[in-house]
Amino acid sequence: MQKVNLKRLSSILSVVALALALLLSKNVLAQATPADDTAAISANGGDAALGEKLFKANCAACHKLYKKATGPALYGVGDKYEKEWLYSWVKNSAALIATGDSRANAIFEEYNKSAMNAFPGLSNTDIDNLIAYTYTEKKVSVAPAPLPGAAAAGSGSGVSNNIILGILTFVFLLLVTILFLVTKTLNKFAVANGIALPVREHRKPIWKSFIENQFLLLVTAVIFLLGSAYFIYGGLMSVGLDQGYAPVQPIHYSHRIHAGSNEIDCNYCHSSARKSKHSGIPSLNVCMNCHKSIGEVAEGVQAEGLAEFGVDYNKEIQKLYKAVGWDEDNQNYTGETEPVKWVRIHNLPDFAYFNHSQHVTVAGVDCQKCHGPVEEMEIMYQYSPLTMGWCINCHRETNVKVQGNDYYNKIHEELSKKYGVEQLTAAQMGGLECGKCHY
Amino acid sequence: MKNILHISIALVAMIVLVSCGGDTKPSYQYMPNMYEPVGYKTYGEYEVFPGKQEAMLPVLGTVPRGYAPYEYPDTTKGSDAAKKDLKNPLEVTQKNLDAGKELYTIFCAVCHGDKGDGNGILMQREKILGIPSYAAAGRLINDGGVYHVQMYGLNSMGSYASQTNELERWQITQHVMNLKATLEGTPLSVPVIVEVEEIPVSETNNEETY
Repeated sequence: MQKVNLKRLSSILSVVALALALLLSKNVLAQATPADDTAAISANGGDAALGEKLFKANCAACHKLYKKATGPALYGVGDKYEKEWLYSWVKNSAALIATGDSRANAIFEEYNKSAMNAFPGLSNTDIDNLIAYTYTEKKVSVAPAPLPGAAAAGSGSGVSNNIILGILTFVFLLLVTILFLVTKTLNKFAVANGIALPVREHRKPIWKSFIENQFLLLVTAVIFLLGSAYFIYGGLMSVGLDQGYAPVQPIHYSHRIHAGSNEIDCNYCHSSARKSKHSGIPSLNVCMNCHKSIGEVAEGVQAEGLAEFGVDYNKEIQKLYKAVGWDEDNQNYTGETEPVKWVRIHNLPDFAYFNHSQHVTVAGVDCQKCHGPVEEMEIMYQYSPLTMGWCINCHRETNVKVQGNDYYNKIHEELSKKYGVEQLTAAQMGGLECGKCHY
Repeated sequence: MKNILHISIALVAMIVLVSCGGDTKPSYQYMPNMYEPVGYKTYGEYEVFPGKQEAMLPVLGTVPRGYAPYEYPDTTKGSDAAKKDLKNPLEVTQKNLDAGKELYTIFCAVCHGDKGDGNGILMQREKILGIPSYAAAGRLINDGGVYHVQMYGLNSMGSYASQTNELERWQITQHVMNLKATLEGTPLSVPVIVEVEEIPVSETNNEETY
């Protein structure tokens, strides 16, 4: 039931978010119109909408509004420092520190002497706009009392389906009971009124006649044998074959979001696939390259995760932080780490040798050729059978990339001549030799 | 009636059998001795290792083959020193530039954008914000600085030392400097000598050794 409630909540939330977005966009429009100039300019004389753009382009890498990041949280920074001080700080913080300004030095020390970049390109007006933006109130995502329309319009199908199913089952059971009772009562009436109930004549049981019918027996036996042979064959053929294997991982990592929506190259995380036998599982520092900044997923993504996959992505990011020992509030590593025990999906038997770099760097084979549409997989699974037949088949069909490999030019030419072909396949280069993979 | 019972039992048994090959568990192996290695498998779980993990950090004080120490510390001072003294040892060749571009596309372009204008896909989708252009005013971006940042990271950017080796970082640096030059409209570095076989920096930094 909890899940159901959450679903409902998310639909309500999305409605609220939509309403908020509409409201906000209206505000922005209003600010853009010149007639409303006075309204647009906030107390300190800056334009928050322009400030937001500047903030996202220049400041957001290190500053967040309500949360400490590389630099301090900037919400209401105009109350803490006067404008002149902020102007000189933003334009060239190093110079301000050098003048021995006590507050500048205090903040410099507090943030481990990490120097803020100078922004000589920002004018005083720009900085005013930025300050105006820092007064933007945090959007509180409250769920108000459910509107009657929202509940009906929202995707509350989970609730109603369950209820309808429950009611149907109840009605069905009720009918069965009633029928049973009615028959019983009728029988009683019949007995009481002295009406003879029709007695069922004793017939030969159906299984006996079935056994006596030789033909039927034969057909059944054949069907049964064929059926069991089919299942036994299927069962035996799947021994050692893990196609479709999708174990539950300690952290729910979505390739769909990372490689699909965000178009991160496979080699970014699996950087050793280019130059090693293994396509390594990225160590957590690689995750932190981005997740240092991304502590929460976007609202839409979160709602999608809850509704479609039943996964709370934000919780999964917290698992990462816990494992890598990242203190989000203080923005530093605590040093208390714990291993993430990922479950290995692709396992080749020990007697077969496979090298990633040979295929990725030398042959230039796409990752998807063997691993399938990873960019669409919410949960990673083994796409290919990884059988020898599958390897061999690809070696027979794939032409070798010989361009730009001058060192082997001569041998490639000789081989082409020998086989009388234009394009050499991997098989013709010895890709079928037992010793290539088994030694 | 009995028949129906038998059939239903058979059906249930079949369903159970089929569902046993579920997706969250690996399939059975025929003669696992041939499958399981005698040696320790990469990422394997074995009693002998601390925390049962085969994946471990290199022993303290050891260096991989071809390793060269990086002398500039991860401080503002170190960064300034790198910007001042560190120069790209690679010659500008088409090979290096191509490799740099390829690596840049893999590792950097998601945030910094293909053109280096700070408009990568993560920026466009507002996942990570505030990525500056290489041509942004008030920033000193040069060979040493770019390499130093790849080595240690800077602010929100992480270190890329675990994903790239020394040669690759310098190739990326070469490409980044060309992107910056394109953005600023200054002359690009172009290959002086087209054919270069020998590369002064060793390629093996974080490769596996056998």
